[in-house]
Amino acid sequence: MDKLGQHISQQFDEELEDIRNRVMAMGGLVEQQLSDALRALGDIDAELAEVVITNDFKINAMEVAIDEECVQILARRQPAAGDLRLVIAVIKTITDLERIGDEAERVGRMALHFAETGGESKMLVGINHLGEHVRAMLHDALDAFARMDTDAAIHVAKQDEKADREYESILRELMTYMMEDSRAIPNVLDVMWSARALERIGDRAGNICEYVIYLVRGKDVRHVSMDQVEAHARSKHDD
Amino acid sequence: MNTDATDVQEGKMESAAPRTHAINMGDLGRENTVAEQGELDIALKVTELDLYYGEKQALKKIELEIPRNRVTAFIGPSGCGKSTLLRCFNRMNDLVDNVRTDGQITLDGEDIYSKHLNVAELRRRVGMVFQKPNPFPKSIYENVAYGLRILGVKDKRRLDETVEKALRGAALWDEVKDRLQDNALGLSGGQQQRLVIARAIAVEPEVLLLDEPASALDPISTLKIEELIYELKDKYTIVIVTHNMQQAARVSDYTAFMYMGELVEHADTNTLFTNPSQKQTEDYITGRYG
Repeated sequence: MDKLGQHISQQFDEELEDIRNRVMAMGGLVEQQLSDALRALGDIDAELAEVVITNDFKINAMEVAIDEECVQILARRQPAAGDLRLVIAVIKTITDLERIGDEAERVGRMALHFAETGGESKMLVGINHLGEHVRAMLHDALDAFARMDTDAAIHVAKQDEKADREYESILRELMTYMMEDSRAIPNVLDVMWSARALERIGDRAGNICEYVIYLVRGKDVRHVSMDQVEAHARSKHDD
Repeated sequence: MNTDATDVQEGKMESAAPRTHAINMGDLGRENTVAEQGELDIALKVTELDLYYGEKQALKKIELEIPRNRVTAFIGPSGCGKSTLLRCFNRMNDLVDNVRTDGQITLDGEDIYSKHLNVAELRRRVGMVFQKPNPFPKSIYENVAYGLRILGVKDKRRLDETVEKALRGAALWDEVKDRLQDNALGLSGGQQQRLVIARAIAVEPEVLLLDEPASALDPISTLKIEELIYELKDKYTIVIVTHNMQQAARVSDYTAFMYMGELVEHADTNTLFTNPSQKQTEDYITGRYG
């Protein structure tokens, strides 16, 4: 399962390689959107926030295009075994990537509102940190997908717990700002929605890791405990 | 914006509790695809089977159990031995010169290569259908009644009943009921193949061997044969050899992949086509075999 090539039909090789490359390109764009959104929020940069909001359509278009290519491969090639799992993993991965794109756009909208209504940067300390954490998760999840690396996938999936904890502590901190000064509530809410969006991105990066394990090992590890995930990922029947 | 306020509340409550979404895998029934195997009744059992055509070994130490009232498909490249193995089940290979077999095959626990076995009776119990439809140049009725006449059945009413039942079983009755006395060679290829299946089931076999039964047929006739296979498995144990992997995936419950005379992998069809355990199987079913 470490190679895509060597089909008798070279064109099939090319088609599979192509969807995989396009997922990586889409992933790159989503990463870019996320880091721009984080920068727009952290630097209180309304202009950059607008760029993020207008660029989301590109991600949506990529999802539709890759989906269509996958449907064509299913219809024309009837892929089996590892090839089938690749197509299924791609279809699922791009759905999560598109939603991560939506969450990045949401952070962009909050950043724009925050900038326009004079939010203060002291509220952003915690969220910058969370943002950096989930950005790294997304990056490593895509990396695990590109290299079909289940160990890396598990490593990333385990990071989600930390994102959840950071999210909770941000909520607690933001509540103190609200209690201190009720006039700050609109801006605090901007940060809160953003934190919520980032926490969801962590979840979705974890989902992508589950698809990597499905792709490589043929085991569906959604909704199972981390211990079981690790056991499945290590069951190297085909190596 | 207001709708999101409750969202955050829920989010917080959810995260206050430890985030565990562990589900017992057993409850999902995901791992149960092969579990059924333990309870299956085995019709045909192959033990350490070797087969030689003269000096050339065509089957090597085959170990295989074929469950009753299920469809088992043999797949593999040309010359891998899948048709040879199929022909062992009703001793068709006896008819080929220079064939020597070692090992054992049992049908319902009875050794089919035993000296005391009545081969004609074995072939009644294990019917066979070939790639090219081979009806006799007789009427449709006589084709189906042929096996019974050989068995000495003369009662007209019993013959009529059996012919109708077999033709219905082969999903051909409605198409031919008004012309049972017409020559069978006037039927289309797909109809001829279903007629041959009717002829095979008229003598009430236990096992049906199908050797590429649809490869000479058009897509619609192929689907009719596949539909028929699905219906027949309630009554018969079916073993099918096919070059068409999608066909194996569609019709079979279990699939055996053979390569160069060896049985590489035998698993339930869902597993074999989504997550085969052997690399050779993966390469073959994904089209990497070269």
